[in-house]
This record gives sequence, structure tokens and C-alpha cells, in this order.
Amino acid sequence: MTSLVVESPGFLTTVQDFGRPGHGVLGISASGAADPITLQLGNRLVGNPPGAAALEMTLTGGTFLFPHSAVFALAGADFPATLNGNPVANWATHSAPPDSKLSVGPTANGARCYLSIAGGIQIPPFLGSASTHLLSGFGGFHGRALRRGDILQLGAFSAATHLRSLRPDALERLRPRKILRVTGGPQKHWFDETTHRAFLKNTFEVTGETNRMGLRLSAPSLRSVLNRELVSEGAPLGAIQVTPSGQTIILFVEQQTAGGYPKIANVIGVDLPSLGQLRPRDQIRFQLVSFGEARALWLEQHKFLQSEELLFV
Amino acid sequence: MEFCPASDRSLLAYVGNEIGQAAHEKVFRLLRCIETAQPSWLRNLQPAYCSVLICFDPVQITHDEVETAVRSLAKSSKKISSVPSRTVEIPVRYGGEFGPDLEEAAALLSLSPQRVVELHAASAYRAYFLGFAPGFAYLGDLPSQLELPRLPSPRKEVPAGSVAIAGKQTAIYPFATPGGWRLIGRTPLNLFRPDRDPMSLIRLGDQVRFHPVSLEEFVNAERA
Repeated sequence: MTSLVVESPGFLTTVQDFGRPGHGVLGISASGAADPITLQLGNRLVGNPPGAAALEMTLTGGTFLFPHSAVFALAGADFPATLNGNPVANWATHSAPPDSKLSVGPTANGARCYLSIAGGIQIPPFLGSASTHLLSGFGGFHGRALRRGDILQLGAFSAATHLRSLRPDALERLRPRKILRVTGGPQKHWFDETTHRAFLKNTFEVTGETNRMGLRLSAPSLRSVLNRELVSEGAPLGAIQVTPSGQTIILFVEQQTAGGYPKIANVIGVDLPSLGQLRPRDQIRFQLVSFGEARALWLEQHKFLQSEELLFV
Repeated sequence: MEFCPASDRSLLAYVGNEIGQAAHEKVFRLLRCIETAQPSWLRNLQPAYCSVLICFDPVQITHDEVETAVRSLAKSSKKISSVPSRTVEIPVRYGGEFGPDLEEAAALLSLSPQRVVELHAASAYRAYFLGFAPGFAYLGDLPSQLELPRLPSPRKEVPAGSVAIAGKQTAIYPFATPGGWRLIGRTPLNLFRPDRDPMSLIRLGDQVRFHPVSLEEFVNAERA
């Protein structure tokens, strides 16, 4: 069995895959990679199934040791990295000889980078997923973020795994967005026209109170015109809630499954991975689309991601 | 039943608009119908007091088609019994360090702490749904004499097992999480264990009862 040793975990590094949707009745949110498109591309670079377990690094990378030879890829925000002192490029497959050291630095742009290793990280699944659920302390590596000295078991990989990289035009097409497309929320009528205009016209800033549970945005303050309490109801991933004090919160992968704040809008499926690349002080805006447009975009992206030749060289 | 798209991949089905037993029974039956059918497009179900959020695969189906499918599935819902099949007994050490808000809650309610405990433990509650955190059950209805608003500012961390009240609801915090409900006691039971089957001690639709225990009983149960 080969392994990966954590010499330094960086700010927050967890094991993530596509998560465990389907347990809302137990109050369990799906968790999973904050940027699942990038996770998928990283895995496919090393020949893994798209949703294989990988390491999700947040804002800063870490230092990892490969005692045995390994094939890996870094995908996501631009975290500068070196393998045994030599720079390694993002979005490409690399081969590490035995006793290698991979050092991943802090990023200046974006928030998350994925380290996919051929053969995947071997973690006993919980409810069908290796994803770490930090809030409840289950899934992933002992239900927690990685620490110095942790040893992760790696799966076997084919010696024929070939080195390749992502096409620059594919990268351009899948680039994370700062203008997030949204559909109207179930309580959109709780807000007047002025508020809706402000919501679509103004720029919001991502605050430091942002994590895998949700993204808190600062100014402009939005108000519901209906001064009443919402009976708590199920809230989808990407729901944009407005609190009575005017704060705007976007529910994220470790979200509460139900909530009592009115929802003005919801980030569309194709733009959810972009939320995983937002960092504190990023400026974002919202753009309203119809449910039909959102679905067309989803189908188009779904088809694009199926195609090997459009993605890799 | 009314439907409203919640996102490009989910639809809310509303069966009522008021928290209570009537809406809960409809939620319970609708949930069972959909769970039993397990349609291939279904990705997740998030029930609440008066609604079920239905998450679907947009490659397979549209909002309108989900609505049609759910309306058709719901036709068989009247045959489903919504009588609780289980009663869960929760031992609670009330007050003191276990329930730091009991005294203040009693004062606000113009009741003695002992009376608050008696009223809380005298009722049978229904687990309306699970949310907030894994295994966190919204239990109702609390006797009207115990209704209080949430704390003005939530605690950063509530100890796991804390028994709390807010509005018409009572609940037990399964994990140490932030929380804005008033803490009146604590149970030694583990509410959610990934290695147990079933994982959640309380499930949607269960009947739940609380009973006071001594410190000794609390400690013994904690060790068990």
C-alpha cells in the first residue's frame, strides 16, 4: 500500500469527493468538494473516476511527502507549487519519484486547489462518500481537517497512467465567475422592486465570515418588505438568504438543510463551483436568468464535461 | 398542494402554511410516497414543518414534470398511516450547569423552575423534521405556558446533548454547535452516531418524551 504523509496541512485541508446527497431527511447536507468541477478535472488528469477522493486545500497549500512513487495533479486556483524544489504547473499531471516532497504555497487568486493522486485516497466511505463534514465531525479522515503527521493510504494505480494537461481553451471556458447567475427564490415576492434592482445592480463583497457552511456578503443591505417570519423550509445549495438585519448569506456545501430566512434568489447549478473559489474581499454581482436558461446552461456544461478531446491534450 | 421552484434543480411542495400536527402528517405521508417510489431523477428530500424540498437531476426532468410526478405519487398518500410507530424516551438532567437558562426562563415565564420541568416532561412531542445539524429534531408543540423567544444573541457553542426550548419548539443539540435556543437541561444520550444503525436516535414522525433524572443516573447513562 502506498501512502501520502502530511508534513504541513496549510490553513484548512480536507478529504473531499462529490459528497453524499440524499440524506436531507436526517438533516445531513451533502458536503463534498467546494468546487466539484475542478475536483473532477484534477481526477481525470490522473486517470481517476471523476469523483475520487482528493485533498481540498483552502487559501494556502501545504507540504506533502510521497514515500513511494506517485502520479498527481494540482487543479484549481493558482497555488504555486514545487516538487523537490522544482516548480510544477497547475492543471497538469506530474510524476513523483519515491521520497518526494510536494510544497504548495498560498494563492493570490481564488480560494481552493485540489491535489488528486492516481489511485485516489483510500478512506472508508460514510453514507457512500469519503467527504469530510467538518461541522458534525464525520466522513473523510477521522471527520476532521488534516494535521501534521497524518498518513493517508493511496489506491493502486496503473503504471500506464499518462501525463497530460488541460487545454487552455477548456480552462478559459470553465473559469470561475464573479458575476453569478441566479434564478428567482421562493420568497422573491417578499422584496419590493427597489430591493430587486439593488440586488442585481450593486456589487457585494465576500466577508471573512465565509466557510463551507455559507458565504456571508457585506453591503448593500437588503430588506424584506414583508415584516413577517417565514416558517422554516428546506433550502437548496446556493440559496441566497436575507436576514432581518439585512445581511445576505449564500448557503454552501455544509449548509443547514432547512432555514427560516426569506430567499431572494438561488445561484444556478453551473455557477455553484464558482462559489468555492471566492475568497474574503472578492467583489461579486448577481445576474438574473430564467429557469429555462439555467437548465440549458446545465445541459451544455454536462455535455462539455463528458468530452475528453475538448478538455485534455 | 402548492409548488414553487426553489432553484434550477429543486422544487418546494407546500402542504400547508402553519406549524402543527395537521401539516406534519401531510409532510410525513408525502415523504413516504416519494421515498417508496424512489424515482430515478430524485437527488434529495429536505422536509420541514409544512413543506418538502425536492431536489432533482435537471438532465432527466424539468420542474413541471416533477410537479406532475409528485402530484400523481401523492394520490396514494391517504393510504399511509401517519401514527407514530416509535416512542423515544429522553432522560434529562434539568437545570444547574446542565440547563444554564432554566432559572431565567422560569422567571420570564413567571413559573418556578420545577414547574417548567414538570410541564416540559409532561407532554409527548412529535418530531416534525430533522434539520439545522445531522440528527437535530424539531419537536413540537411545546405547552403554551413555556413559549419564549430565542436568546437575543446566540451562544458560540452549545454543549452536545443540550435540551433547549424556543417558541413552540423544543429540541436536543446533537453536536457542539452555535445555538440561540434556551438551554434547560442535558441528556447523556448520543443523538447521532455514524457507527450506529439507525444513526439518528430520533427520526421524523417519532413521538418523543422527556423525563428528569438524578445526577447519578445521568453519569451512569453517560458511561453506558
